[in-house]
Amino acid sequence: MEPVEIDSGRHNPGVDPGLHIWGWEIPVYLFLGGLVAGLMVITAMAELRGGRPRSPILRMAPFGALVLLSLGMGALFLDLGHKLYVWRFYMAFRPTSPMSWGSWILVLVYPVGILHGLGSISDTARASARRRLGRVGGWIVGGATFADRVRAPILWLSLVLGAGLGVYTGLLLGTTPARMLWNSAVLGPLFLVSGLSTGAALLLLFPMDDGERHQLARFDAVAILAEMSVLGLYLVGLGSGGAPQRAAAATLLGGAWTAPFWGLVIVLGLVTPLALETIEQRLGRPFTRLAPMLVLIGGFSLRAILVAAGQDTSFRLFP
Amino acid sequence: MTSKRYAMVVDTRLCVACKACVLACKAENDVPEGYCRDWLVEEVRGRFPDLRAENRSERCNHCTNAPCVGVCPTGASHIAEGGVVLVTAAKCTGCKACMAACPYDARYVTPDGYVDKCTFCLHRVQRGEEPACVAVCPTHTLHFGDLDDRESGVSRLLTERDFKVNHPESGAEPNVFFLT
Repeated sequence: MEPVEIDSGRHNPGVDPGLHIWGWEIPVYLFLGGLVAGLMVITAMAELRGGRPRSPILRMAPFGALVLLSLGMGALFLDLGHKLYVWRFYMAFRPTSPMSWGSWILVLVYPVGILHGLGSISDTARASARRRLGRVGGWIVGGATFADRVRAPILWLSLVLGAGLGVYTGLLLGTTPARMLWNSAVLGPLFLVSGLSTGAALLLLFPMDDGERHQLARFDAVAILAEMSVLGLYLVGLGSGGAPQRAAAATLLGGAWTAPFWGLVIVLGLVTPLALETIEQRLGRPFTRLAPMLVLIGGFSLRAILVAAGQDTSFRLFP
Repeated sequence: MTSKRYAMVVDTRLCVACKACVLACKAENDVPEGYCRDWLVEEVRGRFPDLRAENRSERCNHCTNAPCVGVCPTGASHIAEGGVVLVTAAKCTGCKACMAACPYDARYVTPDGYVDKCTFCLHRVQRGEEPACVAVCPTHTLHFGDLDDRESGVSRLLTERDFKVNHPESGAEPNVFFLT
């Protein structure tokens, strides 16, 4: 290619010399959103298959998910430039905008999560709430009784909304053709399986019933394998694309972001915890919290690296 | 009502990169200090002594298939009269999805927090005037008009001369054309 020298008079803050519009807030939101999606899907799926969970942490998870989601939405709010106009998200539904889908999914997650959580409260906890919390306890028990009646549809809604939330966090980036590293619909399933894996990992950090821990660790191993496969497909898709896609892939395969991506995401976040979980399960070694912690570090790194690296992979690389 | 498709034609053979268009835009639109809605790109290609230079006055391309409008969650980014892409500040949350989607990086977040960019000076055009950058251009590099009118200056220039657009591979169908 012949040499090109470009002298641009544009120096807009946040845009030049390279786009930098999204800082730490967006990866934090994408990570927590994925985590919440994982928690919703895992807890709903577990109960649809095997009945009410035994471990308190699994019964608390729907409420915990809402707390994490609120933190994530807080991060998202901090990122907004025009904060006082945040309500504008809810004055429109724009079917072509993933962010619009996400805004409405987030609103639906709250009532479903509350009903999911209320229905998960154990009978002893309900009795104790009625005894100790007076009128509030009565409301909680009333809500829980109502949640019991709509349990099956709520679990299915949790499953579907959780999957939607997970996929949307990926499509938020994936539907942006102007940033080549993001321009892949595979980011939808990638962020979903990563969310499932980080959701399982977060639960594994807490004490729980041995049988449920065993099931969850196995689920996490399968999710990690799925994530590795989808990540492989994502890189194949970019690497076999046109020049812009190949240039984007090069940032992770030899370029500036290679070391953090392979070190933090692949080795530390996927390969190592998969090996540790396999050793623990196959050789009957005692469970440690190292593998889940590494999965969480890897899940956050994946989003942080893609958000940071992707902003710079634009058409301006091809004058 | 007859349809209109506003476009800008930039004659790269006449541009001397004086930046009058940039200053006129800043003055006309109260563009915040340190920001610009249009800018000059001076490009040199080849190896010495076989060099080719080109000056381009660039701005938002007011794309027919505008990605910024599609991703906007609130409808703040929208297509107005003549296909001009505008941002309604009172609907903009500053989420920056449009900035991520713009193939030309033509948008910026104002110090007030909302996203802004070139409007083709639609407020002037509606009064029957040319956009400020076109009006001040001392070399008649910049032309503005309606592509749906086959007799308009811009239509004739695109019929008579060779032209290109920036990054046609984006699929956005930009409406700023560069005569070569």
